[in-house]
Amino acid sequence: FYLTPSQVNSILKANEYSFKVPEFDGKNVSSVLGFDSNQLPANAPTEDRRSAATCLQTRGMLLGVFDGHAGCACAQAVSERLFYYIAVSLLPHETLLEIENAVESGRALLPILQWHKHPNDYFSKEASKLYFNSLRTYWQELIDLNSGETTDVREALINAFKRLDNDISLEAQVGDPNSFLNYLVLRVAFSGATACVAHVDGVDLHIANTGDSRAMLGVQEEDGSWSAVNLSYDHNAQNEHEVERVKMEHPKSEEKSLVKQDRLLGLLMPFRAFGDVKFKWSIELQKRVVESGPDQLNDNEYTKFIPPNYHTPPYLTAEPEVIHHKLRPQDKFLVLATDGLWETMHRQDVARIVGEYLAGVHHQQPIAVGGYKVTLGQMHGLLTERRARISSVFEDQNAATHLIRHAVGNNEFGTVDHERLSKMLSLPEELARMYRDDITIIVVQFNSHVIGAYQNEE
Amino acid sequence: AARMFLRLLSDIQWRAAHPKWRRMTSSQRSTSTTAEPHPISLPAQAQVVICGGGIMGTSVAYHLSKMGWKDIVLLEQGRLAAGTTRFCAGIVSTARPMSIELKMAHYSNKLYQQLEQETGVQTGYMKTGSISLAQTQDRLISLKRIASSLNVMGIPCEIISPKKVLQLHPLINIHDLVGAMYVPEDALVSSANVSLALATAASRNGVQIHERTSVSHVTIQKGRVTGVETDRGRIQCEFFVNCAGQWAYELGHSGEEPVHIPLHACEHFYLLTHPLKEPLSSSLPTVVDPDGRIYIRNWQGGILSGGFEKNPKPLFTEGRNQLEIQNLQEDWDHFGPLLDALLRRMPGLEALQIMQLVNCPESFTPDMRCIMGESPTAQGYFVLAGMNSAGISYGGGAGKYLAEWIVNGYPSENVWPLDLKRFGTLQSSRTFLRHRVMEVMPLMCDLKVPRWDFQTGRQLRTSPLYDRLDAQGARWMEKHGFERVKYFVPPGNDLLDLDHSKTFYKPDWFDIVGSEVKCCKEAVCVIDMSSFTKFEISSTGDEALESLQYLFSNDLDVPVGHVVHTGMLNEKGGYENDCSIARLSKRSFFMISPTDQQVRCWAWLKNRLPNDSNLVMEDVTWKYTALNLIGPRAVDVLSELSYAPMTAEHFPSLFCKEMSVGYANGIRVMSITHTGEPGFVLYIPIEYALHVYNEVMNMGQKYGIRNAGYYALRSLRIEKFFAFWGQDLDAFTTPMECGREFQVKLDKGMQFLGQEALWEQKQNGVYKRFTMFILEDHDTDMDLWPWWGEPIFRNGRYVGKTTSSAYSYTLERHVCLGFVHHFDEKTGEKLVVTTDFINQGEYEIDIAGQRFQAKAKLYPFSSLFTQRRRKDEVELSGYQRE
Repeated sequence: FYLTPSQVNSILKANEYSFKVPEFDGKNVSSVLGFDSNQLPANAPTEDRRSAATCLQTRGMLLGVFDGHAGCACAQAVSERLFYYIAVSLLPHETLLEIENAVESGRALLPILQWHKHPNDYFSKEASKLYFNSLRTYWQELIDLNSGETTDVREALINAFKRLDNDISLEAQVGDPNSFLNYLVLRVAFSGATACVAHVDGVDLHIANTGDSRAMLGVQEEDGSWSAVNLSYDHNAQNEHEVERVKMEHPKSEEKSLVKQDRLLGLLMPFRAFGDVKFKWSIELQKRVVESGPDQLNDNEYTKFIPPNYHTPPYLTAEPEVIHHKLRPQDKFLVLATDGLWETMHRQDVARIVGEYLAGVHHQQPIAVGGYKVTLGQMHGLLTERRARISSVFEDQNAATHLIRHAVGNNEFGTVDHERLSKMLSLPEELARMYRDDITIIVVQFNSHVIGAYQNEE
Repeated sequence: AARMFLRLLSDIQWRAAHPKWRRMTSSQRSTSTTAEPHPISLPAQAQVVICGGGIMGTSVAYHLSKMGWKDIVLLEQGRLAAGTTRFCAGIVSTARPMSIELKMAHYSNKLYQQLEQETGVQTGYMKTGSISLAQTQDRLISLKRIASSLNVMGIPCEIISPKKVLQLHPLINIHDLVGAMYVPEDALVSSANVSLALATAASRNGVQIHERTSVSHVTIQKGRVTGVETDRGRIQCEFFVNCAGQWAYELGHSGEEPVHIPLHACEHFYLLTHPLKEPLSSSLPTVVDPDGRIYIRNWQGGILSGGFEKNPKPLFTEGRNQLEIQNLQEDWDHFGPLLDALLRRMPGLEALQIMQLVNCPESFTPDMRCIMGESPTAQGYFVLAGMNSAGISYGGGAGKYLAEWIVNGYPSENVWPLDLKRFGTLQSSRTFLRHRVMEVMPLMCDLKVPRWDFQTGRQLRTSPLYDRLDAQGARWMEKHGFERVKYFVPPGNDLLDLDHSKTFYKPDWFDIVGSEVKCCKEAVCVIDMSSFTKFEISSTGDEALESLQYLFSNDLDVPVGHVVHTGMLNEKGGYENDCSIARLSKRSFFMISPTDQQVRCWAWLKNRLPNDSNLVMEDVTWKYTALNLIGPRAVDVLSELSYAPMTAEHFPSLFCKEMSVGYANGIRVMSITHTGEPGFVLYIPIEYALHVYNEVMNMGQKYGIRNAGYYALRSLRIEKFFAFWGQDLDAFTTPMECGREFQVKLDKGMQFLGQEALWEQKQNGVYKRFTMFILEDHDTDMDLWPWWGEPIFRNGRYVGKTTSSAYSYTLERHVCLGFVHHFDEKTGEKLVVTTDFINQGEYEIDIAGQRFQAKAKLYPFSSLFTQRRRKDEVELSGYQRE
């Protein structure tokens, strides 16, 4: 039994979304042309989330992928809330005052973000009031703090991440009289999520990363070939600096138990994350909250379970690592993706596949035999591969979909094998997670002309 | 590409020594850039100037000089044999479906074989044979049909099993084959060297050859060629031959009076490899795998393999274009599917090393047949081009026929299918050509089943009723750009898509056409026949009548209102055209002839009518919509619509009258139907067409009227033994040979064209006889259907070929029409065919190798004619070709 190509396509395309930055006066002034995003679930429901929004009170665009674990509650909350925290962190004092006054006097609020959402990307209505109140408390504090300095994007990103994680923690500790909300905030806090967020404003690209999702820049070399530049570091056991950091933060006696089987305390893959209060709160606090919490929480073995060798919390932070990059005309696109993609594909291949996709097939270099010794068989293989590449490009209108098709369907030769693709997509739910992880991808395409013009100004 | 390179060189006026080419070998020549001024200047005049030094130009020069013409100049813009000829794959293949093409290829093969001996120039001729593979049963049927034609021509050819294929060529993967055709005498040549050999022989016979000389345009005065302008001066000439290959179109358009040569270039790719470890034998047969779209020949121990891809790349649409010339590179991605097919056919070649992918543009024509002959507008302007990548196969024969044409006024064979005059200006649109050749090139390999049609370049010429008919389920075919209805699919019956009717067996429209035929026989049908060529010839005095009496064999001095069927014959008495002519008044005539005669007939008459301002000929084809009302109730419909009596007393057969139909006045009504059935053709000024059609359909309802198409018409005319020009009749067939003596008035009191030849035939008898065959043991449901071109056997001996066929719904049998010859059993000499000879034979028709018994008849079944009105002149004519 195989899925037909059209069945495969309908699965692959179910969650695809594209946004094109509108052109004003025929002239696109944004350094971003637009983005394509898509999600392929392995878990049911998927634990990955994605967000994209344009900042309305400041310049710039925000894009992010969020990989949840132990449920999707935390990733969902972060995907709804983080961009507000970032946007607020970036707002100048006057705007914050204006917004606060509007709320205070019940006037219409200045919109802060314009969201670019797929119909499947939902926001929780029930929690919006709660979330809003927390956000308002944050901006009130910012108003009080008024440093007078212009906001630095790096600091804003770090503050926003930390503040949101802090709010998630606090909301869980305080609880809510509404039992639904009470359970929700607890689920958010006890589950976890990594986040990889890009902020693009002109030629300034900031990547704030917490966890093991990844941001990668696609660069077109002078000879037309494609290369990849990492714009984030994975926060996991493979990252020596990260292991070092964790060890520095805890007594030497815990050195051996801190990282076991490449996991934090032998349990958690990412070394930084939102939520996951089991790795942040003291044992007493955890016990108290769980005991006073609703029955569902009490019955859950996972939440009750205290990690072994849990001596000096917190072991986990949501503080992001921020990388700033000045965009150049050769920087053609940015890929943000959860680890589901990076587990299956090398970044170099990602750069090539997306690059060739965006450049269009006609940009595929023609083959010339010239003086080389090529046999008919070798040429045949080469042409077959090129054709496969072209045919799969034509199937997709979305770079992220195209990438997923490769990630799931690639055979050993690096070309999409329909049989394999079909097999992978028809796996039953319980098996899917064994063969692949949730994959979420955002591909942002840059406008080289605008970037070139910015460069010349500077 | 070298040709273009050379063109660039000649653009910057580089000159090379004229006689040098003879001493140099071909491989040096193309790279040699010795720049010297021409030592020999161009002559100021010559009888013939040939433009183009490829295989075509040199072949024409060779044959003209062989026929004794010496005053010939051949001009080549670059070097001899440097264009497409140089890059041609060099395969001489006789396996051609059309008889004239087959003859040309057969002659070429024989010519090339002895050319080296004749000229001393090595031609690389090697008799390797060729194997055409069939992956499907349908393909095998088409190969069997070709094999039948080859065999009766005495060309060895056999259908072989896949096992035998393997014995002939050990590299072939035979697992997907159902059979193959082996032609052992097919050959390989170096096409450039063949061309050089022809040039050498021509040069020895006195032909002057000038390289690096570009023709800028041809001068034409009063419809005659007067000379050519070149970059080295002017040459006055009587005849000009355009053999400029893919540039022939441009050259034709370069002068003030354009000569339309509809061809268009496409890129064509083939692969050259290094030798195999154990080099391939140079005698290994050439392999053609049409289902894989490829051909494979041995080449210097390795292979040469190319093909005809599904997605060709046309080029030079806007004329010669430097950018496109520079872009003529290897395109491996484009060649990919052909490489797939090659490795599938010969998997053992995987390890073979590639030498080069050659990109060599070829020119293609709108109907896949080459273009030869004289321009309809400029006398003395001849063309030989558009070889559809079979240039080397046709080169010899085509050159011979064209030389004969120039010297004798007509070739020794019927070349109408290749005649430039089959095209008009309408096929000369670049957009049309570009689209059409993109269809034609893949068609080279596609399976061609009976009644296939082109899909591109359609809906160009249409009747005003097109939309109305289309909405009623019309299925269309095209003739000379005109859309004509094949049949009407009844409402609710949409099972008919293109693929189902494409078969060698009984097609799915069988019952539909059957019911249309039935309606023609029992009630009344209307067929839109607007595509017919229609001329009006009139004069102030008797000039029209006198001229026409000379040009036509029947007596046209009939009472006004009479319609005459007559041949337009050549001096040998052969049919140049077959027409119906109505005498509209004492001094004006209305002439109807087949659709594809529009250009040819016009040229024939223009060249022969006296240049007299009192005599006017007008092409009124576009002015009239023709509705053919066929059937016993046609008379009722028409009389109700006109309030005029239409019965035989008032409106006899073969009569023409202007009358009103509905509100429309001035409708030219003729009592002919081109089928032998009773009825009328209405020639309606186009603005009345819709009105008259609506009136006819409304009034016809109570008489059971319905639309019908050309397939029904064909079935009706063939069962009544009506010959059609272009299909059954050609310039080599006389009225005497097809039982039409009654249409010739040898004693009409004045001389006419072909009279002498006909007198002679009348006295001495004919050497072929048009005969009708009724297939006896043929199962319509199960057996292969006849088409045309099937060999006819009499008492087991080959006597001729069929020219058309149809299923007769009345006789419930297949009817084939064809010519019977009487070949002397020992010498093969043609003998007189007598009625007894026809009647006293046992006949068989060979359909793709299978023989069916047939009954021969020289006269139609009288029972089929429901009415006879004028005793002496049964309507025995028709024109449409399928």
